[in-house]
Amino acid sequence: MLNRSKQKTKLTERSPEDRRKDFLEVNDGYTFTEAVSEADRCLQCRNAPCIQGCPVAIDIPGFIKAIQEKDLERSWEILYTTNQLPAICGRVCPQEKQCEERCTVGKIKDSEPVAIGRLERFTADWKRKAGFTPVTIEVTKPEKIAVVGSGPAGLTVASELAKNGYAVDLFEALHAPGGVLTYGIPEFRLPKEIVRAEIEGIRQLGVSLRTDLIVGKTIYFDEIRQKYRAVFLGIGAGAPKFMGVSGTNLNGIFSASEFLTRVNLMKAFRFPYADTPITIGKHVIVVGGGNVAMDAARSAMRLGAQTVTIVYRRTETELPARWEEYHHAIEEGIRFMWLSNPIAYLPGPDFRVTGARIQKMGLGDPDASGRRKPVPLPGVEETLDCDCVIEAIGQSAHRILSEGFKEVRLNRYGYIEVDPETLMTSVPGVFAGGDIVTGAATVIEAMGAGKTAAKGIMRYLTAIA
Amino acid sequence: MTPAIEPTQESVFTIREIAPKIFDMTIVSSTEEGSAALISKHAKAGQFVMIRGGEEAERIPLTIAQTEPEKRAVRLIFQVAGTSTHKLSLLKPGDPVLNLAGPLGKPSEIVEGKKVLVIGGGVGIAAILPIARELYHAGNEVTVVLGARTTALLILKDEFAQISHHLTLCTDDGSEGHKGFVTDAIKDLVAYRGVYDVGWAVGPTIMMKMCSEIAKQLDFPLWTSLNPIMVDGTGMCGGCRVLVGDEVFFACVDGPEFDGRLVDWDNLMLRQKQFKNEEADSYHHCRLEDQLNSR
Ligand SMILES: Cc1cc2nc3c(=O)[nH]c(=O)nc-3n(C[C@H](O)[C@H](O)[C@H](O)COP(=O)(O)OP(=O)(O)OC[C@H]3O[C@@H](n4cnc5c(N)ncnc54)[C@H](O)[C@@H]3O)c2cc1C
Ligand code: SF4
Repeated sequence: MLNRSKQKTKLTERSPEDRRKDFLEVNDGYTFTEAVSEADRCLQCRNAPCIQGCPVAIDIPGFIKAIQEKDLERSWEILYTTNQLPAICGRVCPQEKQCEERCTVGKIKDSEPVAIGRLERFTADWKRKAGFTPVTIEVTKPEKIAVVGSGPAGLTVASELAKNGYAVDLFEALHAPGGVLTYGIPEFRLPKEIVRAEIEGIRQLGVSLRTDLIVGKTIYFDEIRQKYRAVFLGIGAGAPKFMGVSGTNLNGIFSASEFLTRVNLMKAFRFPYADTPITIGKHVIVVGGGNVAMDAARSAMRLGAQTVTIVYRRTETELPARWEEYHHAIEEGIRFMWLSNPIAYLPGPDFRVTGARIQKMGLGDPDASGRRKPVPLPGVEETLDCDCVIEAIGQSAHRILSEGFKEVRLNRYGYIEVDPETLMTSVPGVFAGGDIVTGAATVIEAMGAGKTAAKGIMRYLTAIA
Repeated sequence: MTPAIEPTQESVFTIREIAPKIFDMTIVSSTEEGSAALISKHAKAGQFVMIRGGEEAERIPLTIAQTEPEKRAVRLIFQVAGTSTHKLSLLKPGDPVLNLAGPLGKPSEIVEGKKVLVIGGGVGIAAILPIARELYHAGNEVTVVLGARTTALLILKDEFAQISHHLTLCTDDGSEGHKGFVTDAIKDLVAYRGVYDVGWAVGPTIMMKMCSEIAKQLDFPLWTSLNPIMVDGTGMCGGCRVLVGDEVFFACVDGPEFDGRLVDWDNLMLRQKQFKNEEADSYHHCRLEDQLNSR
């Protein structure tokens, strides 16, 4: 029965006071009744504009209809045919800029779109709890394929190829698979248990995963190319950037990558039960305005900081972070300092940072990204006291790349150049996708690239056979 | 089909305390595809591995002391300095090693037919062993100076005797060799044998700093292996950033060796203290656990 409510079915969230003390999720997702009620808001549009907004083209009306009919197994089957990481995507995709932005219900005056992301998460969580029966697929093709990097791009290529009967070896440099899903996005937004479970599903398809193996170091690129008929590089853009202002080398100043890696991958939030430490100050400044900045700020709060201030050079309107994350941050007591940019970090007697000089900014004309460009207001400065600074101003191409894969042509930003249709690089048989091609983007775009590359690889293998 | 390759089986082959709190450990792989096997095939002098002994343990960098590809073996020598190294030291032959990844960092630039100086201090003596070995086999005239607090800590002397043309030993307390610091010995050597073409120094930060000052005065390049705090070891975190010639480098991917004459040593020493208090807490916590477990 159609639910004509203009609002998304409400989701009960934990109170911000509780949330800021631990690393548990903000909410537990929809209950069965809530999910069915929300699914009933979907109009089952024949043209399904939502699907066009999805980089992997999930049959959205299809899996929602199955929820309407209370057939969760069917909902899961529809979802899982196109998306191997649904519990992850349901949690971290920027749906408001993708499927939900196009949703017909959202176009009705004063109406919110169908909560597609929450429904995706609901079906995936239900299946994980109900018990996931692994599908095993026989290897039917003679060619072996190497996938380098186990982030969302690499995982998607691996699962697509395995589903088509290819033998795939997936290599990961770190001791745990998942890329940013594991070492970047914090536990309270994406529990690592879920990441592990969805990766396990991909391994069960027959993909063999090898961690602790750095292609270009542990095995040379040449050796990999000789051993495998095709190679996919999904190595991400994990190298941190620093603004390079004076005082960057003081103690207490971290890249968001180091901070989040310590907290997530090495579980520093459990220190001293886990051995990797993190010093979190009383007054923390986070520089930047993206998801990474929100994650760093909210993690710092959970680790016991008294104040956390996000310093961003533009205003709320230009903030690149997901709206939901921004709101969660505000609820949890994160402060925002708009139109501000640090120009120096100030040292204390013990070489620890004690404050930041902040340059105030104004907004000028729109830049290439269409957002208004921040310009310094001459002479307008202030000092903000702090004992910890986390810079979250973006990442760049992985450093090992330039050494390990010299033959592969890069563009002027240091990212890998590919044919947009097949994702093949300048080296025949070597493909690339995800953040290492586009620069820091999203999980679902990396997965979309994985799908395109898998098709490109299969076409290439058929052509040379 | 079950997945073929898992995090491979690496295990401790031998482990021995060769000096108080200094352990000499060899890790082997059960298969040709194992980490130790692949690292032993690909490692060059000057490179390091990231190792993690157990599930909750920290990833720590250790310099590769020796590799034996035929035996799929990697030899590591480390000093117990905190929780992670303490846990490693408790491993017994046959115990699995959870994670081993490498070889990381840039290899040493091995020269040929030169007059070279190799300086090792404390547990840095182990790290400089493969460099001295390579230099010796590349036909250089190799002078080695080793220093430690006292004779019991002066490790690997016999191995160095075989791969050097001149070997000078020093101890702070005079219990073996010259009494005094390696820096005094270097000054004497230079006065007696003339200046070197190039040198390497690995040891405590303060020792590398002092040696670099001498190298600056005497005007020869001196490679030093920097050991800042690292998390991933692959250029992803930036925790290991060091100032060299006023530029920021990541020790894990741009180094670990840098010309000591250009390194900002004071900055490095301050950054190494970043987690001092927490490390003390963790070590304390871990010793308490040991005591509880041993009851
Ligand atoms: C803190 C943070 C929060 C984010 N939040 C969101 C969000 O809410 N929603 C969203 O959609 N996106 C988010 N993103 C972005 C998203 O995570 C990335 O766009 C996506 O993970 C890119 O996937 P990838 O597969 O290209 O690379 P990655 O996830 O970076 O994975 C690359 C993997 O390759 C490995 N590797 C690199 N070199 C080698 C080598 N030589 N040999 C072997 N392995 C190698 C790396 O160790 C890594 O595990 C966030 C990113 C960060 C950092
Ligand atoms: S656009 Fe919205 S209402 Fe239409 S099918 Fe997609 S989710 Fe349902």
